Amino acid sequence: MSRKLTSSNVSSRNVSRRAVLAGTAAGAAAALSRFPTPAIAQSEPFRLGLLTVKTGPLAQGGIQMEQGVLTYLKEKNYTIGGRKVDFISADTGGNPAGTKTKAQELVERDKVDVILGPLAAFELYAISDYIKEQKMPTLSLAAADNLTQRLPNPYLLRASATSSQAMQPMGHYAATELKLKRVVTVTEDFAFGYEQIGGFQAAFQQDGGCVVNKLWPPLATPDYTPYVAQIADCDGVCQGFAGSNPLRFMKAYASAGLKYPVVTGETGGDDALLKSYGDEAIGLVGCCPYTLDLETDANHRFIDGMIKNYDAIPGQYAALLYVNCQVVDAALKASGGDAGDKDKFMAALKAVNLTETPRGPLKFDHLNNVIGTFYIRRIGTEGAKYGLKVWNKTIKTYENVSQFWTWPEAEFLAHPVYSRDYPALTKC
Amino acid sequence: MTFWLLLTVNSVTFGGLLFLLSAGFSLIFGLMRIPNLTHGSMFMVGAYLGTTFLSGAMGFTVNFWLAATLAAVEVAILGAMMERLLLRRLAGQPLAQVLVTLGVSFMVADLCLMGWGGDPISVTTPPGLSGFVRWGGAAFPLYRMAVIGIAVIFAAALWLMLDRTRLGAMIRAGVDDPEMARVVGIRVSQLFTIVFALGAGLAGFAGMIGGPILSVYPGLDQDMLPLALVVVILGGTGSLLGSFVGSIIIGFIYNFGQALLPELAYFILFLPMVLVLLLRPQGLFGGQIL
Repeated sequence: MSRKLTSSNVSSRNVSRRAVLAGTAAGAAAALSRFPTPAIAQSEPFRLGLLTVKTGPLAQGGIQMEQGVLTYLKEKNYTIGGRKVDFISADTGGNPAGTKTKAQELVERDKVDVILGPLAAFELYAISDYIKEQKMPTLSLAAADNLTQRLPNPYLLRASATSSQAMQPMGHYAATELKLKRVVTVTEDFAFGYEQIGGFQAAFQQDGGCVVNKLWPPLATPDYTPYVAQIADCDGVCQGFAGSNPLRFMKAYASAGLKYPVVTGETGGDDALLKSYGDEAIGLVGCCPYTLDLETDANHRFIDGMIKNYDAIPGQYAALLYVNCQVVDAALKASGGDAGDKDKFMAALKAVNLTETPRGPLKFDHLNNVIGTFYIRRIGTEGAKYGLKVWNKTIKTYENVSQFWTWPEAEFLAHPVYSRDYPALTKC
Repeated sequence: MTFWLLLTVNSVTFGGLLFLLSAGFSLIFGLMRIPNLTHGSMFMVGAYLGTTFLSGAMGFTVNFWLAATLAAVEVAILGAMMERLLLRRLAGQPLAQVLVTLGVSFMVADLCLMGWGGDPISVTTPPGLSGFVRWGGAAFPLYRMAVIGIAVIFAAALWLMLDRTRLGAMIRAGVDDPEMARVVGIRVSQLFTIVFALGAGLAGFAGMIGGPILSVYPGLDQDMLPLALVVVILGGTGSLLGSFVGSIIIGFIYNFGQALLPELAYFILFLPMVLVLLLRPQGLFGGQIL
C-alpha cells in the first residue's frame, strides 16, 4: 500500500497554476510580472520516497521512520533546499520481494528523486543492485556492514550506522570502564546479530576482555529462559536484540535472578523501548548513535515535533530518518535545488557535513558511511523526562566514530565481514 | 545443577502456558474439525485487551486476575461471533474454513497494530507474585510457579466439565460422532458455538497469563500458533489428556532443545510432530477425549 501525502504538494501545484494565470494576466495588462518563468520551473516539487514497514512485526520501527520524516517535513513546511516536497511513503511489508516491488514503483511510477530506507538488511540487499542500476540515491537505515565496506554501492548513503559501529565502542567501554573480563553474548541468529556481536567481540578482546560463549536464539523466541540458563562462568553479558525482543530477554534474565551487568547495542537500549521497560532494564548499558538526553536545540526541536505531531517519544528509528531528511535538505541546498543529475546529486549528498542534528555532528567517509558521535547510556530512573519512568542517561560520548573504529581502514577491510564464526571463540 | 533445575521448572511452566493455549484449540479441532488458525490471534488479542483493562484505559482499574477474566470473556464473545457469522456459513468446507481463519488472523494482526501500536507492552507481574523461591542455588520466579498451578486448576476444571456435566457429555458425543449425536437430539451446531467461544476464551485468558512472561508485541500470534499446532498434533485432536501431556512434552523439548542443541532447536521441536504424523496420525491420545 503506497500512500501519497500530497496535501501540501497539491496546494503548491495550485499555487503555481495560479501563478501562471496571474503572470499571464499581469503580462496582458503590461504590468510587472511577479512570477517569472524560472520560478515556475523550480516549483516542480522534489519527490521524496520512503521505503518503510507499516504492517507486521517490523512495523514498530517502520512507523517511527515515517514519523521522523514527516516531523522534519512539517517543521520545514514541506519545503527543503528551496523546493516543495512531494512525499511518497511505501509499505514494503517487511519482506524482500515487497521491497523490490515498492522500490520499482517509487522509481518508475512515482519518479522519486531520492529514496529513504529501507529498514532491514535483507530488504536493502534485495534492492541494492536495482538502485545501482537505476543510479537512485538511497539513504538507508539498514545496517548491513558490507554495503559500505567490502561490497560498496556508490548510490547508497548511510547516515545511521553499520551493525557493528555502535558495538565497537561498546566493547571498548565494557573492557576499559566497566572492567568486564569474561562476557557471554546472546543475540538473534541473523546477520544484524552476527555483525553486532562480531564488532563487540573484536573491540572487547582488543582491550583485554574475552568472550567465553556466544548464544544465538532464533528470531522468533517467545521465552528466552532456555538461553538465560546457559549464561554462566562470566562477569557480564552482551545482548544485541532488536524490536520487541530486548524487552522479553531482559524480563527472562531478571526472572532467572541473574545479576551480571548487561551491555547492549543501538536497538537493545533504544529510547523507543523506554516506555515498555520497567525494573528489569535498570542498569542496562547501551551504545547508540542517537540519544534522547542530548541537550541541544536541534534535538529539542526534533523531540518537540515528535511529541506535538504524534504524541510519541522518539527512538533512533525516527531520529535517524529525521537526520536523513536533514542530509537531503543540505545536499539540495548545496546543489541549488537541482537533483536532476543523479551522479552530481550523489556527490552533493556525500559531501554533506552537518553540525546541528539530533544525533550531533556528522559527516561521511569515502565509502558513504557516517562518521559521527556515539553515546554510551545507562538505564536508570534518575532524570527521566517526558513522563517516562526509566531513562537512558548518557555516561560517555565517543566523537567521530567511524565504521572502522580505531583500526586502519585497510587492516579492517582485510578481515572477513563479521559473522557467526568471525571472530572465532578463543580459549580464555 | 542450577542449570538443570531451572530448565526443568521452566519446562513445566511453559508446558502449563501451552496447555491453556492449546486445550481450546484441541477441542475446536476435535469437535468441528477446523484447524483454527486464529487461535494465536485470540491469544494475542486476549493479552492486548488484558493490558488495556489493567492500565485503566477503560475508565476503571481492575487487578490482574479480573483483567485476565474480562479479556477472556471478550475474546470468547469475539470467538462466538466469528463462529456464528463466518465459519457457520462455510460448514462442511474445511479448506474454505482454514483459509478464512488464516485471513482473519492477518486482519486481526493489523487491527491490533493500529489499535495498540507497534511498541511491545510489558505486563506487570501481579503483586505478591513478583518474588523468587530459592531452592538448590537457583532462583525460581513465583509467578512462573503460579502459572503451573493455574494450568492444573484449569485442567481439573475442564476435566470435571467434560466428564461430569451434561454439556461435557454432549461435547464428548459430538467429538466421537457428530452425525450420531445429531440423530439422538443433541444440538451440535449450538455446541459448535459454545466450544468455539470456550476455546477462544481460554486462548485469550492464556494470552494475559502469559503476558508477564512473554510481554505483548506484534507477531506474538505467529510465535504461539505453531506451538499450539505441535501440541495438538502430538497429543491428538479433541483430547484433553492429549493436550495436557503434549504441552508438557513440548515444554520440555522447547526448553532442553534450545539449551542443549540450539542449532537444532526448531528441528527437535517439530521432529516429534513429524514422527507422530507418520507413525500414529491420530496423535498419542487421539480418539480419547479425556
